[in-house]
Amino acid sequence: MGRYLLRRLLQLVPVFIGTTFLIYWLVWSVPGDPFAGKCGDRGCPENYRAVMTAKYHLDDSIWVQYASYMKNLFQGDFGITFGNRPISDIITTSYPNTLKLAVVALVIEAVIGLGAGVLTGLRRNGFLDNLVLVSSLFLIALPVFVIGFVLQWFFGVKWGIITPTVSSEMRITELILPGFVLGSASSAYIARVARTSIAENRRADYVRTAIAKGLPMRRVVGVHLLRNSLIPVVTLLGTDLGALMGGAIITEGIFGINGIGRQVLRAIVTKESATVVGIVVVLVVVYLVMNLLVDLLYAALDPRIRYE
Amino acid sequence: MRVSKRASGALAVGAAFALVASGCSSGNNDGGDASASKDGAIVIDGTQPENPLVPANTTETGGGKIIDWLWTGLVEYPNNGGAPQNALAESIDTSDSKVFKIKIKQNTKFHDGTTVKAENFVKAWNWAAYAPNGAQNASFFADIQGYSDLNPADPDGDGPKKAPTPSVKEMSGLKVVDDWNFEVTLSAPTAVFPTKLGYSAFMPLPDVFFTQKPEEFGKKPVGNGPVKFVSWQDDVEVKLTRFDDYTLRDKMKIKDVTVKIYQDDTAAYNDLLAGNLDFMQQVPVSSLAGDKWKTDLGERAIQTTIPSSGIIAFPIYDKRFQNPKLRKAISLSINRQEVTDKIFFGNRKPADSWANPLTPGAEPGNCTACKFDPTQAKQLLQEAGGFQGKLTLSYNADASHKEWMEAVAQQIKTNLGIDAVAVGVPTFAVFRANINAHKMTGAYRAGWQQDYPDVENWINPLYVTGGSSNDGLYSNPQVDALAKEASAAPSLEEAHKKFAEAVKLIDQDVPSMPIYFSGEQSGHSEKIKKIELTNVGELDITSVEL
Repeated sequence: MGRYLLRRLLQLVPVFIGTTFLIYWLVWSVPGDPFAGKCGDRGCPENYRAVMTAKYHLDDSIWVQYASYMKNLFQGDFGITFGNRPISDIITTSYPNTLKLAVVALVIEAVIGLGAGVLTGLRRNGFLDNLVLVSSLFLIALPVFVIGFVLQWFFGVKWGIITPTVSSEMRITELILPGFVLGSASSAYIARVARTSIAENRRADYVRTAIAKGLPMRRVVGVHLLRNSLIPVVTLLGTDLGALMGGAIITEGIFGINGIGRQVLRAIVTKESATVVGIVVVLVVVYLVMNLLVDLLYAALDPRIRYE
Repeated sequence: MRVSKRASGALAVGAAFALVASGCSSGNNDGGDASASKDGAIVIDGTQPENPLVPANTTETGGGKIIDWLWTGLVEYPNNGGAPQNALAESIDTSDSKVFKIKIKQNTKFHDGTTVKAENFVKAWNWAAYAPNGAQNASFFADIQGYSDLNPADPDGDGPKKAPTPSVKEMSGLKVVDDWNFEVTLSAPTAVFPTKLGYSAFMPLPDVFFTQKPEEFGKKPVGNGPVKFVSWQDDVEVKLTRFDDYTLRDKMKIKDVTVKIYQDDTAAYNDLLAGNLDFMQQVPVSSLAGDKWKTDLGERAIQTTIPSSGIIAFPIYDKRFQNPKLRKAISLSINRQEVTDKIFFGNRKPADSWANPLTPGAEPGNCTACKFDPTQAKQLLQEAGGFQGKLTLSYNADASHKEWMEAVAQQIKTNLGIDAVAVGVPTFAVFRANINAHKMTGAYRAGWQQDYPDVENWINPLYVTGGSSNDGLYSNPQVDALAKEASAAPSLEEAHKKFAEAVKLIDQDVPSMPIYFSGEQSGHSEKIKKIELTNVGELDITSVEL
C-alpha cells in the first residue's frame, strides 16, 4: 500500500511538468499582441507597449519564458497579471469559492443521485422509476445555462426567495441553488448508474443469502447491497469534482460568483500565460489527487481489491 | 478613443449651451428626501478595473468611471453635452492659444488632507508624458512643448532597436509660478487645449503618488473629487464614500457607493429587477428585444444618446481602396436606417454626420456619403472601374458586432454586386494588432467615442495625417492645412468654422463610413428618486438622491 502510494505520487511529477508546459505553450500560441487591445479603438501608445513587453519578457523565446516561469514557480512565485495583481492572490481568493461551489454541487448530486438511484433500483419499472427516468433525461438534455437562468429568474426575480446573485460572503444557503444547477446533469448520470448497479446486485447471490438469513431489509440494502454497488458511483463522483470545478464557469457567471472560471477565461483572452498555467496547475493537482483517492476508496469498499 | 472608457463630467448649473443632448437626465426629477439621501448607500454595477487606478494609465470603463468620480479636474463637462466649465480652475487665460496661464482655486484638498497645488498638476503631467513610465494616455500630452524630449523616437520603428532613454524628465512647456498658478506652453497654438483639461489624463496627483510605486498607489488611490476611495476587493467590489471636505460645486448627496463587479450583465440585470442593484449603466442586449427592458423597468428605464459612433474604416494604404469614388459608392450602398431598425431595434440611430451630433461644433447631417442611394452608388462604382475580388469587412468576434457587420456586407452585395463578406477576427487583441501594423486587407470595424466635447476630437485623431487613430493612413494636405488653421484659431467658434470646411473635404474623400450613433439604455432601482447621467452616459454620482 505504501509503495503503491509512493509510486502514484512520483507519477505526478512528469504529469505536472508536461501539463504546465503544454498549457504555457498553448496560451503562448494564441495569436495577437496582448497589449494591442488594451486601449480600445484608439490603440495604445508605442511606449506603453514597449514598457509592458519588456516588463513581462514577452520578447524572449518561449523556452526562456517557460524556464523562468518554472524557476519562479518552484520558489513559490506565481507571477503577476498584466494588471499588476499577484497571481497567487487570484488563486487564493478564487479557488476557495469554486471549491465551495463544487463541493456543494457534489453533495447535492450525491444525495439526489444516490437517493433516486436506490429507490428506482429497488423498485424497477414502477411509476417512480419512470418519473426519474424522464426527469433525468430532461436534466441531461438541458444545457446548464438554461437551467441556471430559468431557476434564477423564478427563484430570484419572480418569487424573490433568494437574491439572484451570490454575495461576496459565499454563504452555504446562497450556494444551494447554484450548486444544484452545476450538479444537475451529473446527478442525473449518478441516478442512472446507481440504479443499474443496484438492480444488478439486487439479484446477486449474497443478497439472496442475506435475505434468507432473515436480516432486516434495511440492513441488507444499507450495508450489503449499497456498499457493493457504490464502486461505479464513487468513480463518477470522484472524477466529477475536478470536472465541476473546471466546468463551473457558466454557473459562476450566471450567479456572479468570483471563481476560477472567469479568471481563466479572462487570462486566455488577454494571453496572460502565467495566470492560466497557475490556475490550471492547481486544477491538475486536484484531478490527480481525486483520482488517487478514488482508487484508494475502491479498496475500502471492496476488500477483494488490494494494492501492492 | 477609449471605446468603453467614459470621460468625466459633472452637473452643469444654469448655463446656456449651443447644443442640447437629448435626454441626458431622466427618471423622476422631483428630487429626493434629503434625510434619506444623507446617509444613503447605493450599489451600482461595474467591471473589474484592468489596471491599478492611476488616471493617466486607465483607458477602460471599469476603472475609468471610478476615476471620474474620485477626481475633479481643471474643467468639467456639463451633463447636457455643452461646452466645458471651470471646475478646479479659477481661470485659464491665453492671448495666443499657445501659452496658457492657469490659476487654480485655493485650498481645495486631496482625500489625504494635503492641499491641491499647481505643482501637483505639473508633476502628474510630467510623469504621464515620460516615456519609460509607459502610461496608456501619454499621447494626450503631445501638445505640450517638450513632449518629444520625453518621448524620443524609436530609431528603426518597430524594429529590434529600442528607443533611447530620454535625457530629461520634465516638459519644458510646464512651469510652476507659485502654489496656485502655473503656465503651459504648447508647441503650436491649440484653441481646444482648455477643453481637453477635463479628461482624466489631466488630473492632479497628490504628493504621496510620487513616494510609492504607481501600482501601489493605484490599489489605494487618493484623488480630489467628490468621492473618496475606501476599499477594493478584486473581482468582488469597490467601496467608495462621500468626501466630506469637498468644497467644489458638485458635492455628493448620498454617503456610500458600492461598485459591485459582475462578469455577466444578465446577472446584474436580474439583481436590478430584484432590487439588489440600484443602477445599471447598460442593460443586456437580451432585454432590448421587444423593448422588454422598458416593460420590466417602467419609469426606471432611461434611454439616452451618447457621443459615440460606429464606423467602418478603409485601409487606404491598400491600393484597391485608393479611389474615393469607390469608397463613396460603398458608403452610399448601405441602408443605415434599416441596420439600426432591424439589428438594434431602433436603440441606435443611423449616422448622418462625421462627428457625433452631440459634440459641440459638430454639424448634423454633414455626411452626404452617409445617404442611402443605390443608383448613384452603382454609377460611382462604374466610374471607379468596379471592384475586383472579395471585399472583406472585418470585426472582432469577442464583442457583439457580427450581426450589424453581416447586415452591412449583405447590403453592399445586394446593392453593388460586390462580393462582400463580414469576417470575424477571434479577439480584439488580434484585430487591433493587425490594424496597428497596417495589415488590414479590407474594410474594418472601428468606433469612436469622444474624449472631450469638441469637434476637434472627431477630426484631428482620425483624419489628419499622423493622427493618433488615423489607422487607415488617410492623408489629404488640404484637410491637414485646414485642421492646423482651425487649431490655431483664436477662438473655438473660429476653429469650428475651419473644421467644418475640413469636414466638407473629408466628405468628398470618404476615408471611412460612419454607420450609427450609439444609444444607451440604463435602469435604476425604486430607491433612487433623482438621477442624472453625464455627457457620456455615465452615472453622475453627485446627482443621485434617494
